[in-house]
Amino acid sequence: MKEKIKSIIESIGLPRIIIFLFLVLLFILTPFVGIRFDTSINDVIIRFSMNGILVLSLVPMVKSGCGLNFGLQLGIIAGLLGAVISIEMELTGFAGFFTAIGIAIFFAVVLGFLYGILLNKIKGDEMVVATYVGFSSVAFMSIMWLILPFKSPNMIWAYGGSGLRTAISNEDYWIHILTNFFQINIGSHINFPTGTILFFALLSYLVWAFFRTKIGTAIATTGSNSNYAKSCGINVDKMRVISVILSTVLSAIGIIVYQESFGFIQLYMAPLYMPFPAIAALLLGGASVGKASIKNVIIGTFLFQAILTMTPSILNNIIQSDMSEAIRMIVSNGMIVYALTRVVKVR
Amino acid sequence: MESKEKYLLKIEHVSKYFYGNKVLKDINISVRPGEIIGLVGENGAGKSTLMNILFGDPIIHKTGGFEGKIIFDGKEVNFSSPFDAIDAGIGMVHQEFNLIPGFTATENILLNKEPTKYNFFSEIFGDKLNVLNREEMKKRAIEAIKMLEIKLDPEMIVKEMPVGYKQFIEIAREINRESTKLLVFDEPTAVLTESEADIVMKAIKKLAAKGVSIIFISHRLQEILDSCDRIVVLRDGTIQKELIPSETNPTEVAEYMIGRELTKGIWKFKEIRKFNETILEVNNLWVDMTGEQVSGVSFKVDKGEIFGIGGLTGQGKLGIANGIMGLYPAEGEVKFKGKSIYLNNPKYVLEQGMAFVSEDRRGLGLLLDQPIFWNIAFTAMQIKDNFTKSLLGGLIKWRDEKAMIKIAREHVEALQIKCVNEKQLARELSGGNQQKLCMAKVFVLKPELIFVSEPTRGIDVGAKSLVLDTLRQYNSKYGITIIVASSELEELRSICERIAIVDEGRIVGILPSTAEPTEFGLLMLGKKSETEEVCINEGKD
Amino acid sequence: MKKQSLTKTMNPGVQFLINYAVPIIFTILVAFAIPLSGLSNEYLVREIMTRLSRDSFLILALLVPVMAGMGMNFSIVLGAMAGQIGLIFITDWQIIGLPGVLLALLISTPIAILLGYIAGIVLNHAKGREMVTGFMLAFFMNGIYQLVVLYGMGNIIPISNSRILLPRGYGIRNAISLVDIRQVLDKLIPLKIGGILIPVVTLLVIAALCVFIIWFKKTKLGQEIRIVGQDNDVARISGINVERTRILSIVISTVLACYGQIIFLQNIGNMNTYGGHSQVGVFAIAALLVGGATVAKANIPNVFIGLILFHTMFVVSPRAGRALMGQAQLGEYFRVFVSYGVIAFSLALYAWRKRVEKENERKKIMNYRKAFSQSSNTTGGNKF
Repeated sequence: MKEKIKSIIESIGLPRIIIFLFLVLLFILTPFVGIRFDTSINDVIIRFSMNGILVLSLVPMVKSGCGLNFGLQLGIIAGLLGAVISIEMELTGFAGFFTAIGIAIFFAVVLGFLYGILLNKIKGDEMVVATYVGFSSVAFMSIMWLILPFKSPNMIWAYGGSGLRTAISNEDYWIHILTNFFQINIGSHINFPTGTILFFALLSYLVWAFFRTKIGTAIATTGSNSNYAKSCGINVDKMRVISVILSTVLSAIGIIVYQESFGFIQLYMAPLYMPFPAIAALLLGGASVGKASIKNVIIGTFLFQAILTMTPSILNNIIQSDMSEAIRMIVSNGMIVYALTRVVKVR
Repeated sequence: MESKEKYLLKIEHVSKYFYGNKVLKDINISVRPGEIIGLVGENGAGKSTLMNILFGDPIIHKTGGFEGKIIFDGKEVNFSSPFDAIDAGIGMVHQEFNLIPGFTATENILLNKEPTKYNFFSEIFGDKLNVLNREEMKKRAIEAIKMLEIKLDPEMIVKEMPVGYKQFIEIAREINRESTKLLVFDEPTAVLTESEADIVMKAIKKLAAKGVSIIFISHRLQEILDSCDRIVVLRDGTIQKELIPSETNPTEVAEYMIGRELTKGIWKFKEIRKFNETILEVNNLWVDMTGEQVSGVSFKVDKGEIFGIGGLTGQGKLGIANGIMGLYPAEGEVKFKGKSIYLNNPKYVLEQGMAFVSEDRRGLGLLLDQPIFWNIAFTAMQIKDNFTKSLLGGLIKWRDEKAMIKIAREHVEALQIKCVNEKQLARELSGGNQQKLCMAKVFVLKPELIFVSEPTRGIDVGAKSLVLDTLRQYNSKYGITIIVASSELEELRSICERIAIVDEGRIVGILPSTAEPTEFGLLMLGKKSETEEVCINEGKD
Repeated sequence: MKKQSLTKTMNPGVQFLINYAVPIIFTILVAFAIPLSGLSNEYLVREIMTRLSRDSFLILALLVPVMAGMGMNFSIVLGAMAGQIGLIFITDWQIIGLPGVLLALLISTPIAILLGYIAGIVLNHAKGREMVTGFMLAFFMNGIYQLVVLYGMGNIIPISNSRILLPRGYGIRNAISLVDIRQVLDKLIPLKIGGILIPVVTLLVIAALCVFIIWFKKTKLGQEIRIVGQDNDVARISGINVERTRILSIVISTVLACYGQIIFLQNIGNMNTYGGHSQVGVFAIAALLVGGATVAKANIPNVFIGLILFHTMFVVSPRAGRALMGQAQLGEYFRVFVSYGVIAFSLALYAWRKRVEKENERKKIMNYRKAFSQSSNTTGGNKF
């Protein structure tokens, strides 16, 4: 019996168990610190819907063997471009939202293609190079946001400076367009973001379906054992590039959905560290550098956002101070360090 | 009665079990100081295991230790790590170089045994802060190099040396240790040119003359006959015979190595079949596969034939299939059904109608974490678009798991793969059934020619004949040409009509399988190869 | 069928260009930017001199892990944290001047050793991924650092000097003045040449570190670290304790970084408690790479060349940006872009070259085998 418990602990991983127990503790403490349970749950659900697609976007690259996508910022940039161009075109509502997505997909395909080719040239060192490619691309785009010729008065600096503002509100355009779609209100405190959740479910389904096609199966095999894949006649390089394009496109869509809910399009250095919470969430849900599934996405995003939401409110009430950022850093980065130190032995 | 002190090394009644198999049975070898003992045997005969025991390889202890005694320099020893063996005075020159390519010859020769100069920091912080004494290092390196009688700049970077010189550095490192009393050489001349090999052999004799005992493992019989005082022939874990070179001949050695009698279960050919159409023509094939280099191999195979490729491990027989199938870089000319085919392209070769059951069953043959039906159907799905449902006018090819399971069931029954059902994970099957699974995967492709490498390796005796029978069956029923590469000569002789022997990357002979085992043994040990025309014709008579 | 197009063994000129691509491109960039910025040469020289004495120690700390094959190592951030904790304590105890600096060095050493040891153990579990893991570990430790400094200090860890505590009574302020130890080392031996202050002692300390590193490479331990850096397996077979050697090199690097951060902060004169250490890693690594180092090879000239080039670019960018595009902000973003971009480019170039070289090696051996087989006769001495 002891052996069985030990092996379960090992397979789930000690950090995940610790974090899970911590979360349970927070939930238990909720009523005692005067926080409404349903408000908390609502917050968690909304944040889940905001971040889910970004986490989902990591899956194709993990499945193809390219590792954790530390270069997520590339897809985010594509999404930002789509969003600002859509606003520049003065489109609102669903038209604005889907145009943003359409343009974003275009940029994402181009960027993803180039990114994929780069990663193919450096197999084995993808993660570290991706980290810095991601960072430098954010800095590069920051320069671009300053000099690209956008005209929309909602986006540029009010007093005639050049370049876009740091954060652009999409209140007049397509804010909450999904969230409000068939929104279900339960009681006075729960506003279920049906539209966003449905959209997330749709994309999850599409990802699942993709991996059941001939090419999706080939990509998953490449990640499982690239030599085996090669021996079956699969073009490993091509499969990797496809997975990178797919990941980049999903992350472009992901940031637009995030903005739809958040209400602002954040430019300049805002996307700099965005890969890390997404990666941490995926890992928290049970994924590893070599393995990821949609189940990991759902569980992980939920747990991670729960911690982010509950920690500040509860800890504030108990300890009278806001430790949440320190805790977030420890949980999020600790999870990633843990995953990176798990050596996967090829049988 | 000779006293024990006359012998430097006495191996007494040593036996070893590996996971229930007795791989060494009652080995007795005695080595005097300054003696050169040649160790000959096929792979699997026990040479490596014996050397691992002698050298204290940790794997020996992890698998239950060994029985018997080893007495070295008058004391009974049982090394638990190679360092203990080195400290006691045993050195080993391995086949793979343990060199630092970016360092100089001197640094490599003195690796981790560098002489140092004392300085006051080491008072506080320990010996490690002693500065290396580079002059002394160079001096010792030059001494070792001189012993080998070669021209070698001690400051040259190893990366830039020709391969043969890297071998010299390996040897120089072992020689450099003054405490070395016994040196084991494992195939030291395998990668060397003629002249380089001569240098090594001369150096070995010089060392022996100085009193260092040598154990010389090689499959090059001529070298063994030329340089050893005694030859020990191992087969199946036992010592078949100790021979004196001056009193024996190649045929006798080969006989003891291979064995003369055929063991049970060997098929008796009713008649040697005749074929009239060449299906595969290979010309000057070079394959860069680590450990199984192919250096210019040419042969022809007829349609419907079962052709064997044999030879000692590491000599290149496994490289041929891997090269043609595009798994390792290959050069040369290959014609399939008269058509010249592209190399280095697995997809193309599979599409042309050739397939491969790899020797690396668990790494390349199967995806262990996938179910049986997936493993069987996957390759066919990718190459031939089988088991897919076309949606949206062919844009999307959906995985048709029902069809995959159906075909899997057919093959599971045809090959009698023992499993719970087709959804069982591949890793849960026994070795023999995993091998059948690999074969099923290949048969689904309906190929015209199959390469099979090491078909019964790691499979228990009972399942071996099932695997071979299956091959025979598919060959006679469907006319599939089969090329089998195997280190077990008997296996080849039981199903192939002709067998080519590969030695040092080249085909040194093609014999009909009815030829005497000793003939094959001689080829493996380096019998002069005749021209290829003659070989091929010889085989077909 | 595509064959990889490989750079054939080429003439030394092209080889040189590829090996030193990063410093060369950088020099060109800087050469353009200096006149654009309109800054005077004197100003630049003075700035570089300051930064030389301030930042070299930190960059030098990066050398040992590279020797050990662990790449560009973020454990220097952990060292920087240790140094800052030391400075917090001496500021609390109000120990000023040279004794303050020395005491800070003393008490932060065990903290740096501990953090280095932890980092070493973690990195040993992530062989092949040291750089990413080190990077994430630095972020993780930042969280722990915050817990300790923002919540623990003044609470569990007694801090009495209310000037450095936050109004609420515990937690260190965002910025602490180090005026009591400001430039203590720099001004220890005062020397002015042409109006520029030469920080003699600091430079001597840096020179001493350089000498130490050169000497260290010649020792047995230095050789062991080099062997481990070249090939773990050969090292292990030769009897070297690979894991311990790797941990040791990280500990050395962390301790040096700790001292380097203290030297840095004593020059600046105030400490950004929570942000001071986070960019340390990126800037030091970028500078080293700009100097021509790679993940596998870094030497002392790389440190100084890189420092001069990188920091010059750093200083001139905002002004050059304003001159070029009318916005200083652009120059600042350009700085960030270049810092990260240099690292990305260097790492990618190195990773790509590594694979190309391996492929070339393989082909070379293949060709050698072919050549020798054609020339040798079949009736060799090993045949009978």
